[in-house]
Amino acid sequence: MNSFKKGFTDGLPIGLGYLAVSFSFGILAVAGGLNVWQATLISMTNLTSAGQFAGLTIMVSGGSIVEMIISQFIINLRYSLMSISLSQHIDKSMKLPQKLFFGEFHTDEIFAVSMGRPEKLGRKYFLGVIIAPYIGWSLGTFLGAVCGEILPAMIVNALGVALYGMFIAIVVPPMKHSWKMSIVVGIAVLMSVCFAYVPGLKNISSGFSVIICAVTASLFGALVFPVKEEKKE
Amino acid sequence: MNWIVFFKYLLLMAGVTYLIRVMPYVFMRKEVNNVFFKSFLSYVPYTVLAAMTFPAILSATGNIYSALAGLLVGIVVAFFEKGLLVVALSSCVAVLFIEILQRFVF
Repeated sequence: MNSFKKGFTDGLPIGLGYLAVSFSFGILAVAGGLNVWQATLISMTNLTSAGQFAGLTIMVSGGSIVEMIISQFIINLRYSLMSISLSQHIDKSMKLPQKLFFGEFHTDEIFAVSMGRPEKLGRKYFLGVIIAPYIGWSLGTFLGAVCGEILPAMIVNALGVALYGMFIAIVVPPMKHSWKMSIVVGIAVLMSVCFAYVPGLKNISSGFSVIICAVTASLFGALVFPVKEEKKE
Repeated sequence: MNWIVFFKYLLLMAGVTYLIRVMPYVFMRKEVNNVFFKSFLSYVPYTVLAAMTFPAILSATGNIYSALAGLLVGIVVAFFEKGLLVVALSSCVAVLFIEILQRFVF
């Protein structure tokens, strides 16, 4: 099998998963007041899940520029680590233009399958691996946004929970396996509740409060429960 | 949303995200080995998602009861590690079930 095909095959299941996740992003974006094209454009240019969702919240609530920059920086900071790891795992066909292009497509899942390959990877592999996820992510958003505009409110309400459901599916299993993770996540949730209900704290915008909760809890985790080296996700 | 306002936000979002991904790809030569920094970054996705989900999920549907049902069912199904789609759909079904119950039964 040539490298393009290998990449494409690796990307296919990711693309199918993205189709579903981004569908619920599309629903939420339209519910928040964006139109179908705006929702799709966000997915086509960002290709992140948590980052886009936080960004959407800030957009919809009319948040400030600083808030948007800081939230995107913190939430997506992990991609920089992935990019560093990937930069050790590429062959000579990856020159500056290729890096500038393919760097945009580093997501958690694409990173995981790429690093899972034993050999150094070139531009053909990366071209193959990004196709299905990119199409899945953009198309899913588009379809979700269209459905969000035409489906009855009750169905949209129910589907609006889907994205949260996926977040729960990501967060709960590691908590089950590690009490340290449970404590760290617990701190973030507790703080988040305070920001939602305590007078005074309530006035802090949601974009900032998510960052404050996440950074504080993660700093606590890094200080008290440092994670030992693990090669792959 | 107004397109001009939208593009202002979009440019920031996409721009910051792109730079975070590409700058280290182009400029970094060595792996990062700082345990503290790596640990911090390994916790960030989970703390971000958790803080975004709770308590926001409680106001994500028509009312707090259906939202609570969605949350609880999601947590239980996620605990049994059923995968993203199954958890998400279970939450949706729970919400729908409660909303239908409220509208047509009570």
